[in-house]
Amino acid sequence: MIRLNGVEKIYPASRKSSGHHALKGIDLHIEKGQVFGIIGRSGAGKSTLVRTLNRLEDISSGQVVVDGVDLMSLSDAELTKFRRHIGMVFQHFNLLSSRTVFDNVALPLELANTPKAEITERVTTMLELVGLTEKSDHYPSQLSGGQKQRVGIARALVVEPKILLCDEVTSALDPETTEQILDLLKGLNARLNLTMVVITHEMSVVRELCDRVAVIDDGLIVETGEVFNVFVQPQHPTTQSMVAGEIEANLPKSLRKIIKPTRTSDSENPVVKIMFIGPTSHDPIISQLNRVTGIDFSIMSGQVEYIQDQPFGILFCEARGGIEAAEKGISFVQSRNLTAEVIGYVEPDHRPLG
Amino acid sequence: MSSQIIGLLVSSTIDTAYMVFASLLVGTLIGGPVGVLLATSGKGELFEAPVFNKVVGAVVNATRSVPFIILAVAIIPFTRLIAGTSIGTNAAIVPLTVAAAPFIARVIEGALRGVDSGLIEAAQAMGARPLQIVRKVLLPEAMPAIVLGLTLTTVLLIGYSAMVGAVGGGGLGDLGIRYGYQRFRPDIMLTVVVVLVVVVQMVQSTGDYIARRLDKRQR
Repeated sequence: MIRLNGVEKIYPASRKSSGHHALKGIDLHIEKGQVFGIIGRSGAGKSTLVRTLNRLEDISSGQVVVDGVDLMSLSDAELTKFRRHIGMVFQHFNLLSSRTVFDNVALPLELANTPKAEITERVTTMLELVGLTEKSDHYPSQLSGGQKQRVGIARALVVEPKILLCDEVTSALDPETTEQILDLLKGLNARLNLTMVVITHEMSVVRELCDRVAVIDDGLIVETGEVFNVFVQPQHPTTQSMVAGEIEANLPKSLRKIIKPTRTSDSENPVVKIMFIGPTSHDPIISQLNRVTGIDFSIMSGQVEYIQDQPFGILFCEARGGIEAAEKGISFVQSRNLTAEVIGYVEPDHRPLG
Repeated sequence: MSSQIIGLLVSSTIDTAYMVFASLLVGTLIGGPVGVLLATSGKGELFEAPVFNKVVGAVVNATRSVPFIILAVAIIPFTRLIAGTSIGTNAAIVPLTVAAAPFIARVIEGALRGVDSGLIEAAQAMGARPLQIVRKVLLPEAMPAIVLGLTLTTVLLIGYSAMVGAVGGGGLGDLGIRYGYQRFRPDIMLTVVVVLVVVVQMVQSTGDYIARRLDKRQR
């Protein structure tokens, strides 16, 4: 559906800036019906990348083929027509303040000179689909952020596009609203067989919504794969630190404070991080660990999540019995095809009093 | 005050209104499109034409840097060419329009540039042609600002129209100068000033009201 070959984008130097090599040779393949995430830190080039997919950004070299069409070969008029079959949703909604909800959603149809009766029919259906029928006559300023983004989504989908580009669509929303918008997008993807490209800097958006993900760093794709694999076994340092950030956020702050990165006294016990991935994550690993090795592992913090319906757990344990005990435990865990490592050290009597 | 003076006052007010609205109308017809072009012909914009943009910008600036009273006198030959005479209410419309058009162009340019560039991007992504973007996005979104700008222009033109009284135009300015100043009638002068103040207030309030009605951004 979408194929990028060696796409480069160089912003030439001007009086205002010294030029910028935003994309440094991107190869990408997105299949029909997929929800494809592109994740990266700000400035990594992800917004530029998504804008090459409808040629809001011209590329400097390479090739962008969308639905069998080489975008650089299109004339201005052809490009305008082509864009009418690609929906785009924006971080800041970009709704017209002078138009009602209904008229905002109707705009793309008006641009294509759709007959009035058909506009009314399609906009009405679309507003129903995103649950905004009652807000039809309201102006954007009267809506909440989540409602505005629903209008943005309705506006993008009213032309029945094959591809939907989402540029940081939840970044301006609170967590609860984010959840609702992601659910909506997920439902629409299944219902309309849409190919979706989702740009984000939030690992959680990728986890909730995407099938595949590409990690972009400094204008290059550094990792591509199934979301689950990338999430649980990140290869590239950038991905690892993004995933780690997501995991560390799961470790309570009070614990993070008492875990020391290096061992300062012999009395301290290692903290072992065990990751449960794939089929063995259902095994009663902790009780086995105790039975087989005879070492007590006290659980400090833990979590099991489901990514793409596969379990993925993390457990932080204190190995009672020092370094040797920890090493024994780690080798046992590894023998069960799970990963474990020492992430720090704590005093045995670390538990907060009261 | 005699009924004759009151009659003069009424007809002068009508003359002023006529001059102001005629020049506002023609000025907008000329300055409006120029303003749209100024706002959209910069580098990387909808109708990219940087050289054209610079040239038109320079012409607009040149016209605006000439004080109105000098401009009105300087273009008398042009006024005669257009209106057939350089004296009277109709003739005064010519220099007023020449002053109004570049001002309006800048007003419209400013209003359009105030529209969030994200909206232009969204429209482009939807497959809008440049003219459609101007018509369906830029102008409607900028309308409150345009109305306020045109209100400002109207007030400016009321002031200018009083000045053309000094060079043979009609209207309230003419009345003030000929009766109030040259015939030593401070009562007429005062009345003219009061009428001007009231008219300006009314224009501003009306403009503010319309702009507020058009602005859907907060309520």
